[in-house]
Amino acid sequence: MLKYIIKRILMGILTAFIVATLTFFIMNLVPGGPFLSEKAVTPQAQAAMEAKYGLDKPLFMQYLTYMGDLLHGDMGVSIKKRGFTVNDIIGNKFPVSARLGGLAVLVAVCIGVPLGSIAAFKRGKTLDNIIIVFSTAGIAIPSFLTSTLMMYFLSVKLKLLPSLGLDGPANYIMPVIALSLYPTCYIARLMRSSMLDVIGQDYMRTARAKGVSTFKSIFKHALRNAILPVVTYLGPLLASLMTGSFIIEKIFTIPGLGHEFVSAIPSRDYPLIMGTTIFFACFIIMMNVLVDIAYAFIDPRIRLK
Amino acid sequence: MKKSIALLLTTALVISTVLSGCGGSNSGAAAGGSAADAGSTADTGSAAPADTGSTSGGTSIDVQVGPSPETIDPALNSAVDGANMIIHAFEGLLKFDKDNNIVPGVAESYEVSDDGITWTFHLRDGLKWSDGSDLTAEDFVYSWKRVADPETAAPYGYDLLNYIKGYEEAEAGNVDALAVSAPDAKTFVVELNNPCVYFDKICAFAVLVPVQKATIEANGEAWTTDPATYITDGPYYMTEYTDGAQIVFQKNPNYWDAGSITFDTIVWHLIEDSNAAYAAYQNGDISMIKDVPTEEIPSLEGNSEFNVAPIMGTYYVTFNTQKAPFDNQKVREALSLAIDREYVAGTIMQGTYTAAKNFVGPGVSDEAPGSSFEEETTKKYGDHFNVGNYDADLEKAKQLLADAGYPNGEGFPEFAYLTNDSGYHKAVAEYLQSAWGELGLTMTVNIQEWKTVTADRRNGNFDVARNGWVFDWDDPSNMINLMETDNGNNDGKYSSAEFDKAVDDARKTTDLKEHYSKLHEAEQIMLNDAAMAPVAYYNDFWLQKSNLKGTWHSPYGYWYFMYGSLE
Repeated sequence: MLKYIIKRILMGILTAFIVATLTFFIMNLVPGGPFLSEKAVTPQAQAAMEAKYGLDKPLFMQYLTYMGDLLHGDMGVSIKKRGFTVNDIIGNKFPVSARLGGLAVLVAVCIGVPLGSIAAFKRGKTLDNIIIVFSTAGIAIPSFLTSTLMMYFLSVKLKLLPSLGLDGPANYIMPVIALSLYPTCYIARLMRSSMLDVIGQDYMRTARAKGVSTFKSIFKHALRNAILPVVTYLGPLLASLMTGSFIIEKIFTIPGLGHEFVSAIPSRDYPLIMGTTIFFACFIIMMNVLVDIAYAFIDPRIRLK
Repeated sequence: MKKSIALLLTTALVISTVLSGCGGSNSGAAAGGSAADAGSTADTGSAAPADTGSTSGGTSIDVQVGPSPETIDPALNSAVDGANMIIHAFEGLLKFDKDNNIVPGVAESYEVSDDGITWTFHLRDGLKWSDGSDLTAEDFVYSWKRVADPETAAPYGYDLLNYIKGYEEAEAGNVDALAVSAPDAKTFVVELNNPCVYFDKICAFAVLVPVQKATIEANGEAWTTDPATYITDGPYYMTEYTDGAQIVFQKNPNYWDAGSITFDTIVWHLIEDSNAAYAAYQNGDISMIKDVPTEEIPSLEGNSEFNVAPIMGTYYVTFNTQKAPFDNQKVREALSLAIDREYVAGTIMQGTYTAAKNFVGPGVSDEAPGSSFEEETTKKYGDHFNVGNYDADLEKAKQLLADAGYPNGEGFPEFAYLTNDSGYHKAVAEYLQSAWGELGLTMTVNIQEWKTVTADRRNGNFDVARNGWVFDWDDPSNMINLMETDNGNNDGKYSSAEFDKAVDDARKTTDLKEHYSKLHEAEQIMLNDAAMAPVAYYNDFWLQKSNLKGTWHSPYGYWYFMYGSLE
């Protein structure tokens, strides 16, 4: 087990290294640079700025310098957010996105799992149909639409909820709903189909024949087996929601990290592109390792080799 | 049993990450709080001058002029949203009033030597920084040298300071060569290479305000990101900076004219999404927004809260004059005349732009105070484009194209129009495709990402491209000079000896009258050569609640909120 985890972590480091290297060179292949703007800067100013950020050196030297600094935990200074280091930006903004994304995942699990289980047990009944329609719609409707509609009705028309920022608990309601709608519905569908598989198993029939109550049979016997696909999905879901959503952050003016992933690219903020990409890669790898470990605990038959 | 505990692990995973998220952000909020405290100590530390402040008490205004600025370091800023905040936090030697005239700032008066070379500024008595320390002429020496310093790499360094003696040496690293000096604490002297009749406007530019040496040396570039270290000399100082959310300014009791400042607090909401800004405006959370969703504009017409006002700048089309057939003046003129400017500005751009009649538009002054360069052009030469009678221009265009050897567009090679897809660019491109199609020409629209457009355009890798310019300061030369042979922004590589001479004469003269008449001459040369095709003049459009009074918008694209009030 321990050996497996160590191996996974080492593989993760290698993956992160490859991601960093590829990103570095691909990013430099794209035309344009951080100092290119609608108005030409004088060649002198251009040269001075390039020298300041070390962009005047040959590309491979820049790469070596960057990787060297990275090993010391220094991701450099942002070119387009003057005065902020990349470490600052991630340090300030990740907690905001993580809190929002974490809440959304919590909501998605707490609603999606029971919803899927109920649908499975009421298979073919009205309740099942309602849940199927709801979850299909929830998967099909994009988050920018739900957020815009919520903003229009709840904030502009009814003036019930604030539309800007994250100052109080009420500010979280709309972004969390917008973020969790898709995963909730996805989890509900996942849960429904895996629960249906499990219910059909012989041991479930045996349990019921032995007089185990429905409630107990669901929670003690069925759920543990049926939840495995959801756990698998949870790794990438946590990674993607906790690192922030560009669209939701833009619509609700939330100072999160999701925005930086996207906006760093058109502005060619090289250190920030590198920093956010490496951070995201590491986070996904970490989440996947954690999910694998959780897997082994839930179902000991799965041997981690 | 053990298994059911294990089942909780996944939930624990979620909860722990959520909680860790909470912890992190709490400490963030605490940091914000302490920073705000530091701000208020600056406030109490200067209790004596504070009582000269306003008696209105506790008024606050919420505005949106753009998303998070790239920087609010005056020397490093090159963007209009950053400048909007800088003019509220800092004050330079000179500044602009409501009518865009130059008025004294922290310099009470100044005089220029007869040869136009030496400019001497006299600072006011008792000037102070927001932290209570004294502001002297030495601060200006430091700040201006900092802008020239290659270590600072100020984007506007060359544009603003190349007029000053010793700039070339300073730019090469010997900063002290820059001919700015402080003979005493209240006198600041600048020596120029050549006379410059609009140097007063440059002195009022937001990049050349004073910044405090102590805080910059102690904090480096990060001095602008922490309220405690963002020391200012203008109407406001900062009490909060949350990147991606808001910047909060508080009235600076140490400002020499604090008594005239009305709002105690300005909250700059850093909203990127125009729909979010619009929602917050409709909610009443924000009193003024700059980013109005373009799809809302038709419904806002006639609404007294919707404002449109000129800013100095022109939307134009650049021809690659080094490439056939665009090396032919007749071809360029034909393409230019075939554009229905009234239709583009009024319909395609929904009236948020104004049809261009010449190259330099409204808002740019001429010789006399309060005069307009554009109006003078109309008076002297008549308008180059017949905006009211497009059909006449179109006939002329067809004739010119035939004269150039392409009757009805026959034999004209297919060409591409390079643009990015934001604002009205794509709609304008599609319009040009049909307008030039009328002439019998085939044009494809080449949409690229913005940085690619900029790079390709600068490298001459295009046929015809979208272009535009917003003035840095109120002098026509700032845009007319773009067509100079060696100008870095001359993307179409237009070159005319006659034009270059007129521009150079305008640059070197000490006579204001000659300066402007040479620039008028230069503008006519480039318009007659169809060096590019002006399309429309820029405007700012914004929403402002009707109870917000006393603020104004300048043709620089700046809003002045400090003297306003909410009624």
